[in-house]
Amino acid sequence: MSLLEVRGLKVHFPIKKGIVLERTVGAVRAVDGVDLTVEKGTTLGIVGESGCGKSTLGRAVLQLEPVTAGTVVFDGEDLGALKGAALRRMRRRMQMVFQDPLASLDPRQSVSSVLTEPLRTHGEKGPFDKRVRELLDLVGLPATAANRYPHEFSGGQRQRIGIARAISLNPELIIADEPVSALDVSIQAQVVNLLEELQQRLGLTYLVIAHDLAVVRHISDDIAVMYLGAVVEVAPSDDLYEAPLHPYTIALLSAIPIPDPEVEDRRERVLLRGDLPSAADPPSGCRFHTRCPFRQPTRCSDEVPELRVLEAFPGHQVACHWAEQVHSGELQPAQGSVAEPVEASAGPTPSGPAAPPDGLGLVLP
Amino acid sequence: MTTATTPRDAVPGQLAGEPLLKVRDLTVTFASRGRRAVRAVDGIDLDVAAGSTVGIVGESGSGKSVTSLAALGLLGKRGVQISGSVHFDGADLLNMPDDELRAVRGKEIAMIFQDPMSSLNPVLTIGRQITEILVRHRGLSKQEARDEAASLLQSVGIGDSVRRLRSFPHQLSGGMRQRVMIAMALACAPRLLIADEPTTALDVTISAQILELLRTLVAETQTALVLITHDLGVVAGLCDTVHVMYSGRIVESAPRRPLFAAPEHPYTNGLLASVPRLDQPRGIPLLPIPGSPSDTLPWAQGCAFSPRCTRREDDCLGGPPPLAPVGHPAHLLRCMHPVPTGERRV
Ligand SMILES: Nc1ncnc2c1ncn2[C@@H]1O[C@H](COP(=O)(O)OP(=O)(O)O)[C@@H](O)[C@H]1O
Ligand SMILES: Nc1ncnc2c1ncn2[C@@H]1O[C@H](COP(=O)(O)OP(=O)(O)O)[C@@H](O)[C@H]1O
Ligand code: SF4
Ligand SMILES: [Mg+2]
Ligand SMILES: [Mg+2]
Repeated sequence: MSLLEVRGLKVHFPIKKGIVLERTVGAVRAVDGVDLTVEKGTTLGIVGESGCGKSTLGRAVLQLEPVTAGTVVFDGEDLGALKGAALRRMRRRMQMVFQDPLASLDPRQSVSSVLTEPLRTHGEKGPFDKRVRELLDLVGLPATAANRYPHEFSGGQRQRIGIARAISLNPELIIADEPVSALDVSIQAQVVNLLEELQQRLGLTYLVIAHDLAVVRHISDDIAVMYLGAVVEVAPSDDLYEAPLHPYTIALLSAIPIPDPEVEDRRERVLLRGDLPSAADPPSGCRFHTRCPFRQPTRCSDEVPELRVLEAFPGHQVACHWAEQVHSGELQPAQGSVAEPVEASAGPTPSGPAAPPDGLGLVLP
Repeated sequence: MTTATTPRDAVPGQLAGEPLLKVRDLTVTFASRGRRAVRAVDGIDLDVAAGSTVGIVGESGSGKSVTSLAALGLLGKRGVQISGSVHFDGADLLNMPDDELRAVRGKEIAMIFQDPMSSLNPVLTIGRQITEILVRHRGLSKQEARDEAASLLQSVGIGDSVRRLRSFPHQLSGGMRQRVMIAMALACAPRLLIADEPTTALDVTISAQILELLRTLVAETQTALVLITHDLGVVAGLCDTVHVMYSGRIVESAPRRPLFAAPEHPYTNGLLASVPRLDQPRGIPLLPIPGSPSDTLPWAQGCAFSPRCTRREDDCLGGPPPLAPVGHPAHLLRCMHPVPTGERRV
């Protein structure tokens, strides 16, 4: 049995109008029918652009957002059916790590008090000195950190404190929401490595939410790609770069710069048109169809694609009507959505630089 | 220090052999009363050839923004000491009267920032803001300026541009605003564009659109571009030359291919080793740089990176290591103990 099973999860935030008589005039469909499975001891990464519903999904798993529909089953228990003490008991087995864990904390609270707060909240009795030393040691901070204050620490160390706090109750599941995105590049790896090491030592299960696909791929066994409240692809991390099946995943991967000029110059980029549509009014059919470079005249705009497994890719799910044809190359991205590799146009060629993608036709003074 | 020249044509009016922008020994110290003086930029040399793209990379606080702001006279005068020289097309920017400098900034040099909202006027339509520039700097009539503004928006990929001219900044998405900024920057066909973290606040697919736009624009208009970023991936695909900054100084500069193929500085190499690469197997462990950017040493005492450096020896603490060529004459390095070939992360 999987440790976490999410089925048909929806979180819709009502949009209210009117001051005296509040009416609901619509809903932001932040999470709109998500299925996920996380096996014990593994890491599921969730990626997608800002506003696609990642944080709401993470919070809804912990029942911290009102769930509109669907179920969250943790270790066999339907969390939606639990209340009061029963829910609290389950919740201590699931903890969260935030982008800046200490932003919301009282600056007068010492590190030791920060770390023991979850223990005290859950009714444990002190003294906690030994536990605090253990926790600091686990996250690679000196024991002397206990009596200092969070603001005295650098960003990376603060995230270590946030992680120590999250593991203080010996949870089984950690939901980490953008755990490294506020950190300087040279520090991110320290925190990524710490998360991996703690997973090994403590047998933790992770749900890691981030917009940085390279970091998520590094840390995750499987990746779910979200677009506008829905999961469009789930794949083993090893396969994702080799065989992305959803057009959105293809575009996302090709948009991420790789720190190697040789690779960059040879890459073909699939560019997306426009911006993310509103989650209050997602496009009909495939919700990606308004930006999809592979959009077809049939099905895309009027038939919702289900997450499905392609025969050639077991263990890999995709929600696109045309995934087979996109993968085989039978379908090509629309004209103007591909930025040619630099190499093809490098140097002063007689024909000038490669044609700019759609909408970039230059009419400059 | 020289910058590799690109095969692009020299711009008329430019002194033969001189770079378009030439910065020498630029030093910026912030000293407000009652506070410890901060040397944010410490002897930067920078050449930007006409039509070339130069990258400045480094972590937050390394002095990237202050370098460009000081060079363009945008830091103000109070509590700031600036020394060194900055020449644009032969003209001395640091000693130019304010009104002349403003004219150069409006017309020949343009800047875009991470947060376009900070440079856009929230109460004016974007059409009004673009046409004003065109009327003031290019002497167009109101009607000509409106037509030109629409075609500028079109050229940066904003469709339905005539209607868009009537939008206020807050009605546009972040990516759209950055396109407007680029349109405004290019309105006067500047010879130099400085882009300070232009895509840092944007989602990756939008960022790719903006970078592609910049790439196309500089290729087609021969505008020189200084791209400031903390993202090594961004410079890898875009810049002819890359300067890596640490604690206010350049620690390594090179044309992009040698820089990425053979990073010699422990910091450059450390940055490359600490980021996961999408195109490489997932199991490759990340090698973090120990400590944090605040663990720094004043350059006067030795290498500022030494507290975090795994290659440090005693001689790293005998004053600042010089910035000197290694191998290729355009590959400069400020380090006593460059990373040997076998230990490089490439
Ligand atoms: N409490 C809320 N009330 C109304 N809308 C919300 C609320 N929280 C999030 N949203 C909206 O839900 C969508 C998803 O947000 P979020 O989960 O924060 O996305 P992500 O974490 O992927 O950036 C966005 O459109 C956001 O504006
Ligand atoms: N107006 C200012 N007054 C005092 N210190 C400043 C000011 N602006 C920048 N600094 C300091 O100068 C250093 C370099 O800053 P900056 O150039 O903005 O870094 P970067 O752009 O590389 O992130 C930092 O230590 C910063 O705190
Ligand atoms: S000079 Fe020394 S301390 Fe500085 S980077 Fe080189 S080896 Fe490291
Ligand atoms: Mg979020
Ligand atoms: Mg900056």
